[in-house]
Amino acid sequence: MNWVAWKMLTGDRAKYLGTVFGVAFGVLLISQQTSIFVGLMRRTAHAAIDVRDAQVWVMDPYQQNADEIKPLSETDLNRVRGVEGVEWAVRYFKSLARAKIETGSFRQVFLIGLDDHSLIGAPVKMLDGSLANLRRPDAIIVDKSGYEYLWGKEPIRLGRTLEMNDRRAVLVGICEATAPFQTFPIIYTRYSQAVQFVAGERKVMSFVLAHPQQGVTPKDLSTRIAERTNLMTKTRTEFIWFIVGYYMRSTGIPVNFGITIALGFIVGTAIAGQTFYLFTLENLKQFGALKAMGLSDRRLTLMVLLQATVVGLIGYGLGIGMTALFFEATSNVTALAGFYLPWQVAAGAAVAVGLIIVLASFLSLRKVLLLEPAIVFRG
Amino acid sequence: MIAPFNNAESVGNSATAIADREIAIACRGIVKDFGDGNTKVRALHGIDVDVFSSELTLLVGPSGCGKTTLISIIAGLLNPTAGDLDLFGMKQSQLRGPKLVDFRAQSVGFVFQQYNLLPALNATENVAIPLLIQGWKRPAALKAALSALEAVDLGSRAEQRPNQLSGGQQQRVAIARALVHQPRLLVCDEPTAALDAVSGQRVMELLKKVAVQPGRAVIVVTHDDRVFGYGDRIISMADGRIESVENRENELNSAGKREES
Repeated sequence: MNWVAWKMLTGDRAKYLGTVFGVAFGVLLISQQTSIFVGLMRRTAHAAIDVRDAQVWVMDPYQQNADEIKPLSETDLNRVRGVEGVEWAVRYFKSLARAKIETGSFRQVFLIGLDDHSLIGAPVKMLDGSLANLRRPDAIIVDKSGYEYLWGKEPIRLGRTLEMNDRRAVLVGICEATAPFQTFPIIYTRYSQAVQFVAGERKVMSFVLAHPQQGVTPKDLSTRIAERTNLMTKTRTEFIWFIVGYYMRSTGIPVNFGITIALGFIVGTAIAGQTFYLFTLENLKQFGALKAMGLSDRRLTLMVLLQATVVGLIGYGLGIGMTALFFEATSNVTALAGFYLPWQVAAGAAVAVGLIIVLASFLSLRKVLLLEPAIVFRG
Repeated sequence: MIAPFNNAESVGNSATAIADREIAIACRGIVKDFGDGNTKVRALHGIDVDVFSSELTLLVGPSGCGKTTLISIIAGLLNPTAGDLDLFGMKQSQLRGPKLVDFRAQSVGFVFQQYNLLPALNATENVAIPLLIQGWKRPAALKAALSALEAVDLGSRAEQRPNQLSGGQQQRVAIARALVHQPRLLVCDEPTAALDAVSGQRVMELLKKVAVQPGRAVIVVTHDDRVFGYGDRIISMADGRIESVENRENELNSAGKREES
């Protein structure tokens, strides 16, 4: 009878496609909106995400996120270096600066200053130019999206210059970087140079990046540094969640986006669940006829579950495919850089659609199982 | 020819008057209520009636007289509120749950007023359903279904879907479906109601020709008096009661028997 269930499901092509696409659009709504939310939250922690070579971040004890920074003193760096278990500890500069290009137009930028000797925190992937060129005088590296924010669609040309704090900077490379929450270019330079590109303050060191010796876990090192220096310390993962947590608590983004996701989920659920429920309801008379002809409730249940599984799997596949296609198609759009479909969202959408289909099947099955087979004698 | 039916005497009379016929279904004091309390409606008021094998029994009467309720009980689709029902020597009360479902699958064929063919399946596939329900393998079921379709002169329409067939053809497919598993009881609910006169006659001729077989009881619910001539026995109902039972040696039967001899 599985074959009959399959034919019942696919026999009326319009109805079948309507049901499958109902589920697919439900999945699309859920996964696309959730992915964008995850992408936005990820953007807030761009700085911490992109520094992959240091396991512990050290900062002012009252710091709340990665953008409002009270700089540390040089003494703090030495105190960190003196903690047992520290393999190395380096300066890290992060600030907003104003960059003016040749035409006179300007943009606010994220300025990242890397330790002059080690370049710890440097971009992982260079798209043009070489990281080594950052050691040249006035050298800067700009992320790809940042280049487009500064120079529009002009072809990439290394050697062009811009000004920050009336000081000349020379473009020596284009890199890939996690897009920041604010659509600002990210400019990498050496620490000693970065402090020249912003108006002077007595203390300028935003963070100390530290790395544990072999055999010491990042968590242990983080605890040790905090105990010895009274500074705030976070492992890389903790720091990412610390930043995300700040934006979740302190901005309207989670509420507004949460509502959008909730609506997407509700609408998606309603579409996916209702279309399958209606499909079964429309076939109620046919199920009644089969029941009258001696088909057992168990076999009927298996038939409905088979139909639900097929609709769920194909609908999910199409929906998640459409979401992936959306992010693939927009991957070159500068403003949408960094948005993608995380596997966790894909898995979550699978669980959601599974629950929806199970619920819709349960409700449909209830109708089918309670169906009086004598219904077939009512014209 | 028409003898008034007396409930009190029917059981005893049937034993003598129909001594040479085999009782397929015996209803004794069948009562059926719908609803509860103030909304309770009694649809059947103690029905006593027999249905014989190898005959075509017509169950006639006006709308709402309880015909459909009675055949629903006989076919195992509804349980009576009270009374005894013998189905081919088995007590219906012993056929509960899965046994009743099995009984319907093995022993009952249905022909519905609105055909109830699955629109997604072609004629052969629709006819194969009772065999698939019984657990037959698909190729064997489809082969047997094709033979059944040929028996109702629809072999050439085997691949057509219901929406590609006329009403009469759909009803013939439904008859093939009802007979493909060789049931002992065939229940037809207003099989000609949705058909024009010619198609209706054709369906009744077909039922008479292929459905009435030794050992099989055929019950046709109808209020179409044009088909009364096809019945071996006509049970008239009114207000949930048997009004009369007419045993007929009709012309069609006589003609059939003459041909056989």
